[in-house]
Amino acid sequence: MCTFNEIRNTRYEIRNIMLTIGILALQGAFLEHAAKVRQLGVEAVEVRKPEQLEGLAALILPGGESTAMGLVAERWGLVEPLREWVRSGKPVWGTCAGMILLADRAVGQKQGGQPLIGGLDVTVNRNYFGRQSKSFETLLEVPLLGAEPCPAIFIRAPAIIEAGSQVEVLARTAGHDEIVIVAVRQGNILATAFHPELTADLRWHQLFLDMVAG
Amino acid sequence: MSLETKLPANGTNGAITGTFAVKAGLAQMLKGGVIMDVVTPEQARIAEEAGAVAVMALERVPADIRRDGGVARMSDPQMIKGIMAAVTIPVMAKARIGHMVEAQILQALGVDYVDESEVLTPADEENHINKHKFAIPFVCGARNLGEALRRISEGAAMIRTKGEAGTGNVVEAVRHARQMNKDIRRLQTMDEDEMFTFAKEIQASYELVKQTAELGRLPVVNFAAGGVATPADAALMMQLGVDGVFVGSGIFKSGDPAKRARAIVMAVTHFNYPAILAEVSENLGEPMVGINLDTLADNQRMAVRGW
Repeated sequence: MCTFNEIRNTRYEIRNIMLTIGILALQGAFLEHAAKVRQLGVEAVEVRKPEQLEGLAALILPGGESTAMGLVAERWGLVEPLREWVRSGKPVWGTCAGMILLADRAVGQKQGGQPLIGGLDVTVNRNYFGRQSKSFETLLEVPLLGAEPCPAIFIRAPAIIEAGSQVEVLARTAGHDEIVIVAVRQGNILATAFHPELTADLRWHQLFLDMVAG
Repeated sequence: MSLETKLPANGTNGAITGTFAVKAGLAQMLKGGVIMDVVTPEQARIAEEAGAVAVMALERVPADIRRDGGVARMSDPQMIKGIMAAVTIPVMAKARIGHMVEAQILQALGVDYVDESEVLTPADEENHINKHKFAIPFVCGARNLGEALRRISEGAAMIRTKGEAGTGNVVEAVRHARQMNKDIRRLQTMDEDEMFTFAKEIQASYELVKQTAELGRLPVVNFAAGGVATPADAALMMQLGVDGVFVGSGIFKSGDPAKRARAIVMAVTHFNYPAILAEVSENLGEPMVGINLDTLADNQRMAVRGW
C-alpha cells in the first residue's frame, strides 16, 4: 500500500534526489518542525554546530526565545555561518523567534540589542502583540495557500511593521490600531510570526518544501 | 483544531486568547532552555544576558526561604513589575498551592506564567488552583505521573519535577524524573483494558492516561526543577528526558552567577556532548553549598507539599 508519506517522499526525490532539511536546535520548538517535515516524507536533522549545516538543502529557524537563541548561536560561532547561509540564497524559514533573527531590523530588543542574522528586508517589532495574556489563535487568509483560511497560533508574537519593496506579503492580521504583516517571502526566505508547527495544517511546511525543491 | 467555528478573515475581532494551545504553546517555545530564579532586576538582566529563556521573579530564592522559615507567600507586585520592566524574555512568578487570589493578582500584573509552587507555604491542603479559569498558563510540580496528570486535569499547561528546592542537591529531581519515566514505560506495556485500573491506581483521568500512553510522554512540556546546581546536573536531567531546566538557588547563590548561568545554558543545549560539558564546567567558582537530604527533617521537605 502506498501511504501519503511515500507519495510525498517520491515527489521530492524526483525533483532533488534526497532532500535533508536542517532545523536549528539550539532551543525552542525544533522537534515540532522536524515532525512536520518528516510527516511530509522529507528527512529532517537537528543543527547545533556550524559543521552540521553541510549538505543541507534548507534550514528552519524555529520558534523559541530569540534572545536566548541568538546568544547561544553567537557563543557557538553559528551567527556568521547562518548569515553566510542566508546571503548565499539557500532556502531558510523562520517562525516567530526565527523570523526575528532573519529580520534586518528589530525594535523592542533587550537592553544592548540582540544578535540577528538578517537578510530579510523588514523591521520587526519583537513583542508586538504583547505578553502571554495577549497570545492568541486566529484564522488567516493566505491567498497563496488557497481559499481555506489558515489556523495560526501567535505566542508573544512579533509583527512586521515595515517591509522593503522586494518583500512579498503573504498574510496580515489585525494589530493594535492597524493591520500588520505576519507572513512574508523574499527570494528564498520565508518568515511567519506565528507557529505552523503547532497546528495540524501542513500547508506552510508544504510551501517551504516546494520552495526548496524549486 | 481548537477553533470550532470559522473566524472572520484576517483576525478582525477573531482572535481568541487564553486557549490551551496558546498556554501549552509558550511552554513548547521554552523547551531546550533554562529558566532562572531572580530576585532583582539586575539578576534578571544577568539571566537574560546568559541566554535564559525566562526568569522566575521572586523575593527570596528557595535556599533563603528554607533558611528564614516562616510563611512564604507570593512576592511583592512592585518587585515583580520591576523585573518585568527589566527584560524582554517571559517572566514567571509563584503563587501558593491553592491560592487562587495570588494567581489572580499575578495575572492582573501581566506575568507570562504562574508557578503554583510547593516552594511557598501551601494555602489549601486539599485543593489546587482551578487553572482553567485563568487566561495565563500555569506550571506545577509533580513527583510522578499521577500527580502530573492531576495537575494537567486542573489546567496546568506545563509540568516540572518538584525535586527538593533550595538544597543544591539534584537527587530528588532525578528520583521524580525517573519515576515519571518508569510510570510511562509501565503504562505503555498495558492494553486498553488495563489502563482503566491504572488510571484509578494513580488517581488520574483515564483520558489523560490514554493520551500519555499514545504519546509515550507527558501531554505537556516537562521541565526539571529542584536542586539543579551545576552544568552537569542540568545535562543529567536533560539526558533523563526532560524538556528543559529550572535553576533556582543554584545560580545566584554561587560564586560567579553570570558565568555559571551561561555554563548551564550551554550545558542544556549540548547535553549530549561530554566534551562541551567538560569545557563549560571549567573554573566556575564556588557552587552553592548543598544540603544532604538525610539531614533534612520531614517537615522541611517541600516536595511533599501538594496532593
